[in-house]
Amino acid sequence: MKNYVIIGNGIAAAGCIEGIRSVDKESPITVVSEEKHEVYCRPLISYYLEGKTDLDRMRYRGADFYEKNGCSVLYGVKAEHILADTKEVALSDGRKLPYDALTLAAGSSPFVPPFAGLELVKSRHSFMTLDDALGLEQAITPDSRVLIVGAGLIGLKCAEGLHGRVAEITVCDLADRVLSSILDEECAYRMQKCLEEQGIRFFLGDSASRFDEHHAFMRSGAIVGFDVLVLAVGVRANTGLFREIGGNVNRGILVDERMQTSVPGIFAAGDCAEGLDISCGTKRVLAILPNAYMQGHAAGANMAGGNEIFDKGIPMNSIGFFGLHAMTAGSYDGEVYEEKTEKSLKRLFTKDDRLLGFILIGCEERAGIYTSLIREKTPLSSLNFDLLKKGATTLAFSPETRRKKFGGAV
Amino acid sequence: MKRVYVNEKWCLACHLCEFNCAFANSGLSDMVLALKGKPIYPRIHVEGDEKISYAVSCRHCEDPICVKSCIAGALSKDGEVIKIDKNKCVGCRTCILVCPFGALAPSASGVMQKCELCLENSCGEPACVKGCPNRAIVYEERGEAE
Repeated sequence: MKNYVIIGNGIAAAGCIEGIRSVDKESPITVVSEEKHEVYCRPLISYYLEGKTDLDRMRYRGADFYEKNGCSVLYGVKAEHILADTKEVALSDGRKLPYDALTLAAGSSPFVPPFAGLELVKSRHSFMTLDDALGLEQAITPDSRVLIVGAGLIGLKCAEGLHGRVAEITVCDLADRVLSSILDEECAYRMQKCLEEQGIRFFLGDSASRFDEHHAFMRSGAIVGFDVLVLAVGVRANTGLFREIGGNVNRGILVDERMQTSVPGIFAAGDCAEGLDISCGTKRVLAILPNAYMQGHAAGANMAGGNEIFDKGIPMNSIGFFGLHAMTAGSYDGEVYEEKTEKSLKRLFTKDDRLLGFILIGCEERAGIYTSLIREKTPLSSLNFDLLKKGATTLAFSPETRRKKFGGAV
Repeated sequence: MKRVYVNEKWCLACHLCEFNCAFANSGLSDMVLALKGKPIYPRIHVEGDEKISYAVSCRHCEDPICVKSCIAGALSKDGEVIKIDKNKCVGCRTCILVCPFGALAPSASGVMQKCELCLENSCGEPACVKGCPNRAIVYEERGEAE
């Protein structure tokens, strides 16, 4: 019997639990959960505000998930320190939790830059957790004017979630375009237009130089009045616990393809971890749900003595606003193939006989075929890429490859 | 497990499987009422060109990336069958982004749908197989991958 401890109770932790149980059905698992909720679908908090889901449907797993998997969850408890010498975790309630193998699935925290006067703003929110969403829901009225600082994935999904529930939504960002981490200017502008058509107002390439309780004084000279402020500037991986024991940390906790950190017996997964992005060959924090689950699963299996490799990590996002969907994956490097119509835009990035990345707006049908080429590092010379450029189809594979793919089990 | 397989050589690209699928999953007992004059949303689709054609539906992967990637916890493995809980799905389309076969697509309501082998609709067995005029689509056990 071993003692497994997981710090964090998000998707990476759920993957970790299922990973442990794929190897070890018996040993006890303890989950340290700062949030007082069972694992829930974190990216759905905007859909919750929008009314497309509710608290019950937001459960990531069934109500018997922890019981079925032999887990005890410590809710509302924080891991304060890792005592690596004695293999214990010191908890905020004073207890020490012994472990044989530990996974850090501690996620990330909102990053708030030092804005002058921010402390004067009483209705100030982040948009990362279910409690954030519930707090924001409490704070708004149909007459509210909302200012969202940050036009990234979190800020814009928040805007979509609030749309129709408040009087006015303004989004500002220091970057000159929306979704700047995943879209280039032209693609970003298409998404921005779609949001603007719904009445969402933007101040891009602009930032608040100071705040008072109900106003943001922008660098451009504009003054934006608001009742509710949402700060969605960015996130930082929660690496503190690991950093203080001298573990290797860059932007996230550095892990290998088994999710092993630099300290024996300690693994990391999800938004706090920094693993290999195979589309560019460098280590990056890939703060997306599929990555969290898959890293978590590998960490869990390996904690329990298995040997699970996760070496297919790439950035990938499917994000839609008011019916317009954008899909992105991989790295935007190399030669570009482009197709544009009024309603759709496709960019495929190829280099050294491989597809490295893509951006698809309004033409996302069967996009997973493209994604699989990136993840599998498929040589483009092995298939009919001219056909594939036009549209994602398995017809582009050789009959033999297709037979293998479709003929038997995968 | 038993899966739906297609023999490319025998597929006529008649698209009947698409109609049979849409009908079987419509919940209606009259095919005309279910399909005539309406856009159909089948869970199987025919791909191909003038020489080759074949129908594609969910492969029910042993290691399903759609399930691992679903942000709503709506996709799951029930025994060996990959199922989607349409009540939980929010239509984010991450499953479309990751499925290497292109086997998931939106339903009429905007949430995603996929082949569930007709195990729970009135057909009770894959309607695409039952209605294939040239027996190009079969439902059989072929063993698991190595």
